[in-house]
Amino acid sequence: MSSALNPDAVTQAKLWYWQRISAMVLALCVLVHLGGMIYAVRGGLSAAEILGRTHGNWLFGIFYAVFVFACAVHVPIGFARICEEWLGLKAGAAWLIAKALGLVILVMGLRAVYGVVA
Amino acid sequence: MSATLKVKVWRGKTSGSFVDYEVPRLESQTVLDVVTHIQRHLDPSLSYRFACRVGMCGSCAMTVNGVARWTCRTHVSKVADGDALEIAPLSNLPVIKDLATDMREFFDKWAKSHGQFKGTKTRHDEFEQVRPESRERMAANAGIECIGCGVCYASCDVVTWRPDFLGPAALNRAWTLANDVRDNAQRERLKAVAGDVGCHACHTQGSCSERCPKQIEPTAGIAGLKRLAGRAAVRGELE
Ligand code: SF4
Ligand code: SF4
Ligand code: FES
Repeated sequence: MSSALNPDAVTQAKLWYWQRISAMVLALCVLVHLGGMIYAVRGGLSAAEILGRTHGNWLFGIFYAVFVFACAVHVPIGFARICEEWLGLKAGAAWLIAKALGLVILVMGLRAVYGVVA
Repeated sequence: MSATLKVKVWRGKTSGSFVDYEVPRLESQTVLDVVTHIQRHLDPSLSYRFACRVGMCGSCAMTVNGVARWTCRTHVSKVADGDALEIAPLSNLPVIKDLATDMREFFDKWAKSHGQFKGTKTRHDEFEQVRPESRERMAANAGIECIGCGVCYASCDVVTWRPDFLGPAALNRAWTLANDVRDNAQRERLKAVAGDVGCHACHTQGSCSERCPKQIEPTAGIAGLKRLAGRAAVRGELE
């Protein structure tokens, strides 16, 4: 994605694809996440109880890892545009910041998933 | 309905100021009538542009109380804020003088989007048969009535942020041609309209579709171009 947001039709078309696919994954993830939360806390729950259930639950881990990956794809693409259009940054600078943000989301997200599951 | 309208009209070029005029209020008065009254009776040096006065030529668009509109088909009663009207030139275009904008770039972008039909047949060939109910013909129909007024272009924030963006009208034109089965320059056109100054820059928020006086939806056409470009990229046809 290094040449992204230059006037490169192929790159833009592919970014659009990634943006759409990640959006679909996110939409599904958000629904499952909200549903899961409402279900889990219906009788009131403490942090300890939740961790007790999530520890060692690898299905839970895989689901949230997918969630994190989808965020790490989706957010930088939109963020680079905001940097360009609202902050007036050049494409190169905008993408540098956006990629750094993507990396931060990925690392922090996966770390959180690991903390809850392992 | 008060007897007079308090009208603020932009005078000058890109730098300038609003000047106040009082214009008699009439039944079924259009915004273009108001501008014409000012020029004929109050200040003959006022510059503006119009031709058909019936919503066909697309030359009379201005910003009326903050919103881009065709002035010949916009009734004062619909847009006046009490008895106040503020009339400015269209946004996103250089101002030549007063209410007249320089629309060259707007139309140059139609050319950049390969807005010309490219066929192979000559007058000696048989007519191509295009079924009116075919999907392509119906998609083209939805965008074909554009009068080139620039209302959508002036309403698009992305044009403001990215001055190179081809804009809704040019992309709508490209979309109608992308659905013309007789046209044989599809690949070049798609290459011209894909990318970050083309369809991929659009945020799909729909200001253009909301404001188009002809009820065209450039937003839908641009989404269509994104789909075509996505498919072409996967097949390696955009290289
Ligand atoms: S939908 Fe796209 S083209 Fe239309 S106003 Fe919004 S950004 Fe501009
Ligand atoms: S699409 Fe609508 S608003 Fe845009 S130039 Fe054509 S007629 Fe005017
Ligand atoms: S004067 Fe022709 S569209 Fe308004």
